[in-house]
Amino acid sequence: MAEQKTVTFIITRQDSPDSTPYDETFNVPYRKNMNVISGLMEIRKNPVNAKGEKSTPVAWDMNCLEEVCGACSMVINGVPRQSCAALVDELEQPIRLEPMSTFPVVRDLVIDRERMFDALKQVKAWIPIDGSYDLGPGPRMPEKKRQWAYELSKCMTCGVCLEACPNVNDKSNFIGPAPISQARLFNAHPTGEMNASERLEGLMEEGGLVGCGNAQNCVQVCPKGIPLTTSIAAMNRAATIQSFKNFFGSDNAH
Amino acid sequence: MAENREFFYRRLHSLLGVVPIGLFLINHLVVNHFAVYGEESFNKAASFMHNLPFVLALEIFVIYLPLLFHAILGVYIVFTAKNNVKRYNFVRNWLFFLQRFTGIVTLVFIAWHVFETRVQVALGADLDYGLMEGILTSPVMFWFYVIGVLSAVFHFANGLWGFLVSWGFAQSPRSQKIVTYATLLIFLVVSYIGIRTLIAFAYGV
Repeated sequence: MAEQKTVTFIITRQDSPDSTPYDETFNVPYRKNMNVISGLMEIRKNPVNAKGEKSTPVAWDMNCLEEVCGACSMVINGVPRQSCAALVDELEQPIRLEPMSTFPVVRDLVIDRERMFDALKQVKAWIPIDGSYDLGPGPRMPEKKRQWAYELSKCMTCGVCLEACPNVNDKSNFIGPAPISQARLFNAHPTGEMNASERLEGLMEEGGLVGCGNAQNCVQVCPKGIPLTTSIAAMNRAATIQSFKNFFGSDNAH
Repeated sequence: MAENREFFYRRLHSLLGVVPIGLFLINHLVVNHFAVYGEESFNKAASFMHNLPFVLALEIFVIYLPLLFHAILGVYIVFTAKNNVKRYNFVRNWLFFLQRFTGIVTLVFIAWHVFETRVQVALGADLDYGLMEGILTSPVMFWFYVIGVLSAVFHFANGLWGFLVSWGFAQSPRSQKIVTYATLLIFLVVSYIGIRTLIAFAYGV
């Protein structure tokens, strides 16, 4: 009988938010077309580590399983990416899994991305359309612009760009590339444009635009190919103009 | 503006690196280049610069204060980065790291250089060709100056790229790439001017 092929995972585990991380190795039976998540599911089925000791199932986060939700991001063989889209056949073994270090670890590979959602609040990355009466239809968006904006809208707040950014860390309060690009997306929308200056104000607050040092790792690692550095430069220009308006302008109407 | 203090300081930091500090750097290296044309022409140029009207006020407002602000905030910026060039081996990430590294090297170099020249002149030394010749004929100091000049010029050229991006002049990847090549050219040309002068002082050729 042919020997059963196995896949080796070396996983950085952590039992609770404050406990010390440690590495644990698992060998799981190989199946065709496995992704990292199916490997983690095998471990969950039979949580016995490579030394044959009984362990606990590895915790991880996941949702859509088709690389659009961003929940399953982790560092795989040194590269931050979505584990659902990481195919075992395309990875060098042993496969090393670590939680993304920029975020607080909840348990094992589960991280807390709340700071990204706080950042989206800081830059008001939404379009306010609620009123006490029907506001009527908004202005139309040209199709060409819609197609362009669609690329920016692919951001799934996965956190990979923050993980790769040298300026996003515990010593700085930089919000990271993703929310800056989102501010650009909503400022480009014909209705969102009406609140453009409020988003720029958010970008000029502490931890905003000026935290960017243009290492430009973000645009290299973004799984959605979002032109993050172009977004940052575009917001830099808009914020420059806004700050001049604020200082030299006659009033605060804009 | 008070509520956006960080924004204001960082943009000021970026601006001061180009105007006046960058302009001063170029002026400084170009004027020093007179050394290549001989001792006399250097002494003439140096004494012209040294005897400019209001020279102390010019030095304070065009050099010392902007440089001090740029250096102090710059050191803070260096310490807020967590460099990761090993994991993310991209050109821009390397330039990001080198910008911080050369910033620190340049700061050490300038502190030493100012002490050795401007402070000594203020204490009564003569500002002439001989002062620099005395320093640079020592091989150790010559190489220290080569490293100092190269890192200052790199920091200026790459900082010019950063200035154009962080003020929003160069947005598209294409424009940023062209600016990268343009600043590389500036680095090479200005470095040549500076190093050529050092060679003139050290070896008299």
